[in-house]
Amino acid sequence: MESNLLMNFEVDKENKTVNIKREFNASLSDVWSAWTEAEILDQWWAPAPFKSQTKSMEFKEGGRRLYAMVGQEGEERWSSFDYTSISPKTNFKYASTFCDSEGNPNSEFASSYWSVSFSEQDNSTFVDIAIKRDSLPELEKLIEMGFKEGITVTMKSLDKIFENRK
Amino acid sequence: MKRDIFQAIADPTRRAILVLIASNALTPNAIAEQFNTTRQAVSKHIKILNECELLDETKVGREIYYQLKIDKMKEVDQWLEQFKQIWESRFSQLDQVLINLKSKENGI
Repeated sequence: MESNLLMNFEVDKENKTVNIKREFNASLSDVWSAWTEAEILDQWWAPAPFKSQTKSMEFKEGGRRLYAMVGQEGEERWSSFDYTSISPKTNFKYASTFCDSEGNPNSEFASSYWSVSFSEQDNSTFVDIAIKRDSLPELEKLIEMGFKEGITVTMKSLDKIFENRK
Repeated sequence: MKRDIFQAIADPTRRAILVLIASNALTPNAIAEQFNTTRQAVSKHIKILNECELLDETKVGREIYYQLKIDKMKEVDQWLEQFKQIWESRFSQLDQVLINLKSKENGI
């Protein structure tokens, strides 16, 4: 199903941040629950065909969520969220880190820092996500090297060329 | 030295060069003419693009013609698209979860 709800996706080079904004056709309290309660979070957090499985979650400042993205072959990719700040139904912040099933961080990747904000407007709930220094090395490079301006246009013109050359 | 593809597209002139040579193989002189810049400046950009393995070279007499290696460029495009798609997929799952939550509240 194509969604006609607003979604913005942009890379902010100066602040080394990826910004994502999305509108939801639901109450603020439901959207907040969906982001902050393990049982609901596991229903949507992993993009199909992956499944999100939370091993432990303590949603409070200084608390942690330890979870795995589980693939179809049963492969597990573990991450931890360390909650640093929580303002109920307004915003929460956490550091996300790749780790093992015991929560020991994977030293090959740096943590990324997330801030998730919630607001209500005309019966819709808006979620603003800012991801700073995402640990995916490609993204880090992407941001550092400067990507946002111009590249979309470049890619569009390239797309046309790809079509013509097929 | 092998460079990273993201370094290639970091610079606006290089991005423009990529678009230019995507459709036509051009010599460094022809590229320089397009950008109102020196042959030297263009050579520097071409060197970087070459180190990123983004260019196909064809020698015709004493001239070298450069053209974009399309497949290499596609990697960047696909990568960004994948990242975006992860979020789109997540959000549409969340939409469904929210519908279920709402029905539960309404006792349906």
